[in-house]
Amino acid sequence: MPLLQIENLTIFFGGLRAVHDFHLTIELGQVRGLIGPNGAGKTTVFNMITGIHQPTEGTIIFDGQDIVGLRPDEIASRGIGRTFQNMRLWRHMTVLEHIKLARYSKFTYGMFGAFFGTPLRHREELEAEKKANELMDLFAIRRFAGNVITGLPYGIQRRVEMARAMAMEPKLLLLDEPTAGMNPEELGEMVNVIKRIRDEFNLAIFLIEHRMKFVMDLCERIQTLDFGEVIAEGIPEDIRDNPRVIDAYLGREAEV
Amino acid sequence: MSVEDRTFAVKTEVKSGLIARIPLAARRVPLLGWLLGILLAAIVERLVGYPLARLLGMSNFPPLFGVTIIFSQPPLIPSVLVYNLLLYVIPVAVVAWLSAPVVNRLVAWLYSYPLWFSGLVHLALIYADLSLWASINDYRVLVVRLTLVAVLVTLSLNVVNGYMGEFSCSHPGFMALGAYGASVLTVLFFTPNNVFGATLLPAALAPFIFPLTLIAGGLLASFGALFIAIPSFRTRGDYLAIISLAFMFIVKSLIENIQIIGGARGFMGMPNLATLPVVFLWTIIGLLVINNFVRSTLGKALNAVRDDEIAANAMTIHTRRTKMVAFLFSAFWAGVAGGLLAHVISYVNPGSFGILKLSEVLAMVYLGGLNSIVGSIVGAVGLNFLMEALRPLDIYKWIVIPTLLILLMIFRPTGLIAFTEFKIEEILKPKALPRDEVEHAAAAD
Repeated sequence: MPLLQIENLTIFFGGLRAVHDFHLTIELGQVRGLIGPNGAGKTTVFNMITGIHQPTEGTIIFDGQDIVGLRPDEIASRGIGRTFQNMRLWRHMTVLEHIKLARYSKFTYGMFGAFFGTPLRHREELEAEKKANELMDLFAIRRFAGNVITGLPYGIQRRVEMARAMAMEPKLLLLDEPTAGMNPEELGEMVNVIKRIRDEFNLAIFLIEHRMKFVMDLCERIQTLDFGEVIAEGIPEDIRDNPRVIDAYLGREAEV
Repeated sequence: MSVEDRTFAVKTEVKSGLIARIPLAARRVPLLGWLLGILLAAIVERLVGYPLARLLGMSNFPPLFGVTIIFSQPPLIPSVLVYNLLLYVIPVAVVAWLSAPVVNRLVAWLYSYPLWFSGLVHLALIYADLSLWASINDYRVLVVRLTLVAVLVTLSLNVVNGYMGEFSCSHPGFMALGAYGASVLTVLFFTPNNVFGATLLPAALAPFIFPLTLIAGGLLASFGALFIAIPSFRTRGDYLAIISLAFMFIVKSLIENIQIIGGARGFMGMPNLATLPVVFLWTIIGLLVINNFVRSTLGKALNAVRDDEIAANAMTIHTRRTKMVAFLFSAFWAGVAGGLLAHVISYVNPGSFGILKLSEVLAMVYLGGLNSIVGSIVGAVGLNFLMEALRPLDIYKWIVIPTLLILLMIFRPTGLIAFTEFKIEEILKPKALPRDEVEHAAAAD
């Protein structure tokens, strides 16, 4: 059974059909890409998987269970981690706090522990800190652990966000334009970071990206979305040469 | 700090002038040193305060470092300054400075034991300072008790308005629920009353039952908070502010219309149970529990909800439950504070839990600083002292205080001390090695 199986996923915003008949199958260990011009509905697909939007139609089977209709936090704690296009970090919190907080559903000490500081809380907080330290080492952000997020460079913030998503110990990682706004140097680092995640953790990655080189580098299969419809699907080489993709992305030659 | 840093600090300190040395020296004094200094100052005031005050032309001790005479008797300001300098500033500074090396060793020794031990020693000393300073006259005791209650309310409101980033206007309502809840119970149990009949329990039990009545008042406030939390935490935005404001007025008019507890005339007859040690203890317990909560990862979830709710939700946080728990928790402490307040002044009146109370509490939170325990203490103490200072201005103080708030919003929108963590383990740490050990370490290098 595949890790994630999406069938016939459709959503209407009022009269607008944002995504139509989207389908996807991912197994553990695979990296899938989703490309398409602005407004094609890529992020909407992510939002439906993570429960922010309710699909009008369709099924999302994750790990053998239908997750349509669950709350975002329930879906997340089942093992779907994500990053956001505009990062959505918590601006008053430190890097360490970000990463510890993503383990929220793994804390069992409850409100009593939170109010009175029981030994269980102490133990769990220490353990979370240890795990957070490991992750911060992996993403080379340990030295920023105590810094508030707002003052940090953009590339570091991106890595913090990635580490935060990984702290949830996801089986499926959704990356929404992980290289948006990055310079070539940061871009190279990000490719390495994602490759490390792929190699060192047992998970599946589904990513949205604009930069073709990046997608070609990472993904085994790519889907192309245009006006909410999948217009092409296949291995990177096929996608690159597919005339419909070139149309959607670059426009027809005659129009140029 | 490495050895190099230390020697550097010592060298620069020797070179610089007297004024520049003060902050450096102050940084080496642990909390215990300051507390001992205050203890001495309080003892000295007891011994020579009255003659000195007479000598300086005052009729009695200046009650609150003289803030009350700023507007009532301005010509006395210089004498008050001299009094403060001679009886407070100099003894505290001298003791803190001279005792620093010894006290640092003592603090280090205390610190080697579990934290609660060192904490208890500090708390005992804080209480000794407070009671010794305050018990010199009844006015001081009253102001200290009211200020401690205000600290508790401010802390509880800061959980919602600061840590959670929502805007609650219902805290006076929660205080009223707590005040009436606790008062009705204590009057029922311990005061003969023509509505509730004779006392049900012997007066000797009162100190032991009183905490339970406060908790009951707090739970009543939490229960009330549920009616706000259920509708308003489905979404984010201004709903909470509007619904909670309505709630405050509903509570007020509800109490005004229940004749059995006095209606608009108010309710009285509470035994004098909220003495200084009781209020102090409750404020400390409230502070510690609230601090425990906001420093735990479960409490940090509030900050995440405030800064970005969608991200919080995507990181497995059940945002609605988190907000509701925090809101009920905050209401509980506001209720406890209300119960204490009712027993401090032995009288409650629904009129006193209205819009003026709300603006006072909000002012304390926003003056002190959002998302900050120290800020709440500073805000509550600062505003209470300011209110006492402005008392001679009568109704005009409601021109001064809002003006102050407007200035604050312009220049420091998040308050004086915002977004800090109250790290008890850092506060109780020894501040610096005594000088000979620094030199020793430097020589060994």
